[in-house]
Amino acid sequence: MASAAERDEGAAGAARPRGDVWVFVEKAGDGVAEVSLELLGKARELADRLETRVGAVIIGAGSALLAGSLIAAGADTVYVADEPALADFLVQPFARVIVDLVREHAPQIVLYGATTTGRDLAPRVASALRTGLTADCTDLQIGSHSTREKSWDNLLLQIRPAFGGNIIATIVSPEHRPQMATVREGVMKLEAPNPARTGEVVRATCTFGDEDFAVKVVRRAQQEKSVDLKGARVVVSGGAGVGSKANFALVHELARVLGGVVGASRAAVDAGWIGHDHQVGQTGTTVRPKLYVAVGISGSVQHRAGMDQSARILAINTDPLAPIFTVAHYGVVGDLNDVIPQMITAYRAKGGPA
Amino acid sequence: MTLRTIVLVKQVPDTQNVTGDAMKEDGTINRGALPAVFNPEDLNALEEALRLKDAHGGRVTVITMGPPAAVNVLRESLYRGADEVVLLSDIAFAGADTLATSYSLVLAIRKLGEFDLVLCGRQAIDGDTAQVGPQTAEKLGVPQITFVSCIDELVEGDAAGAGTGGGRGHITATRSIEGGFETLTAPLPCLLTITNEANDPRPPSVKRVMTYKDAAAETLAEYDDSYLDPENDAAEVCMLDRHGNAVCRAKVVQWDAAALGVERAQVGLRGSPTRVKKIDSVVLAQTDTRLVEPTYEGIAELVRKLTEEHILG
Repeated sequence: MASAAERDEGAAGAARPRGDVWVFVEKAGDGVAEVSLELLGKARELADRLETRVGAVIIGAGSALLAGSLIAAGADTVYVADEPALADFLVQPFARVIVDLVREHAPQIVLYGATTTGRDLAPRVASALRTGLTADCTDLQIGSHSTREKSWDNLLLQIRPAFGGNIIATIVSPEHRPQMATVREGVMKLEAPNPARTGEVVRATCTFGDEDFAVKVVRRAQQEKSVDLKGARVVVSGGAGVGSKANFALVHELARVLGGVVGASRAAVDAGWIGHDHQVGQTGTTVRPKLYVAVGISGSVQHRAGMDQSARILAINTDPLAPIFTVAHYGVVGDLNDVIPQMITAYRAKGGPA
Repeated sequence: MTLRTIVLVKQVPDTQNVTGDAMKEDGTINRGALPAVFNPEDLNALEEALRLKDAHGGRVTVITMGPPAAVNVLRESLYRGADEVVLLSDIAFAGADTLATSYSLVLAIRKLGEFDLVLCGRQAIDGDTAQVGPQTAEKLGVPQITFVSCIDELVEGDAAGAGTGGGRGHITATRSIEGGFETLTAPLPCLLTITNEANDPRPPSVKRVMTYKDAAAETLAEYDDSYLDPENDAAEVCMLDRHGNAVCRAKVVQWDAAALGVERAQVGLRGSPTRVKKIDSVVLAQTDTRLVEPTYEGIAELVRKLTEEHILG
């Protein structure tokens, strides 16, 4: 294990920016949230490029048990704040731990999942450290940036949709450290763990004030997830064009017959035809099934952002000019009340005559 | 006690309703063609503030930062029931990222004096960052509850500061989290960010629109420009009709950088750690969509093809 002094020397010798690449690790039940494992894989790639190391920060009672899996996922150092008072996620004490660790160890990059936890926590940390933060990134790269006066190398390029998904912006934080970003779940590839990797575990010492625990948890409830959109091979989604809750039964029927799950656009969720768990898109779930069937979905940028990586996209819509056709591989211009029953019959007949 | 609530709002381009008219020839979006609207979740935040006022009394102050035209969202707030509105406008604020924005908002909140609650929308539809709320809470040194879908209870403290759960009272709110929810209690003062699940915002009150409608019809250029005097920072801004008569006496407080006493290095682009390196428009180019005839034969052939490619099992 390299000491801090050796590490700094190595980094300076290679003329690389100093500081490690960190990931704030979220827990999911007794394990590690998938988004955090995805980020450790990405952090490994960025750190290799910068010739530096990967740090993982994990907070909460019992966290020390997870250190091994974080090292296997790419971490060189795991900073553990394993304190009984930190059983529940609470933004203020968690922010305190991260701010103290960052001040002590000066990482150059800190990444968070763009979850309700990461998006609660990261801005509070960024404000305390007076550093930059980019929300909900969909890609991260290392690159340069220059203005008329100055140029910078080896910056974190933080790439994200903005303006309702109508533009893709590349954001940099040239002069402030650490460079921080929240990253959308499911966009970074989940690498296979390497149990042979080795790393160190560093216990974080925390000093809290009473004000850090001013907020109390009254109740925390997990609802049984009724739908697994992310893992589905086929997703059949309905939008405003479905027209009514009764018509939505056809969407359910097609999904059932094709062995898929039911998705929805925001318009269908807002209309009350189906629950928010089913929403696909920027404020819902990002899906990448083998087949995505968009029924009566006009295809706003927000919706397309959540499904345009599907292997095949079939759009069924009465409006031939609907934007959904710009991303669809196959399009049927027609009424779902005709098209869906025909598709069900054709599938059952394996494409043969009805 | 008198509940003092501050609501932070933003005027944004309507990115949720990008129609064909707003698309340029090359398939990119024509930002100039998008109407400016009240950020939707900020309306949910205002509604929560007004409901708390309905139940507990008190005063609702709305703050926005933006160009002079952003006064439109302040008028909209007056129509719905805000008691007082504040516009933060100065060229020095231009180019602010979320860190610099929260710095300016915090100076304005402090200038207004004591408060019990700060409410804002979860996120604005132009940037979708959801960062300004938590960054404002951190700088104010108060607790935050983000992504609030329901305010369950507000318990007021008593004047002597001996109320339950802390001298100033406390608030209980439920936030939506992945696959569930959590209910938290925070002492006042604190900051909440509100989602669109929380409520259906009330429409403007007809009576209040009647009171302020002439004002809304006038442009800012016709304001009494006494607001430009930083010493006169709570100037009553009168709007004049074509004959020079005052038609509205709404208190639109306008503060510039000097009125807030900002450190120049912390506002606008200078105070923003982040820089936009590059913007790429998402081009709506027609892909090679294969049109399938809406007949049984057409659909059956599609099903055969998808089965052959192992897309369908």
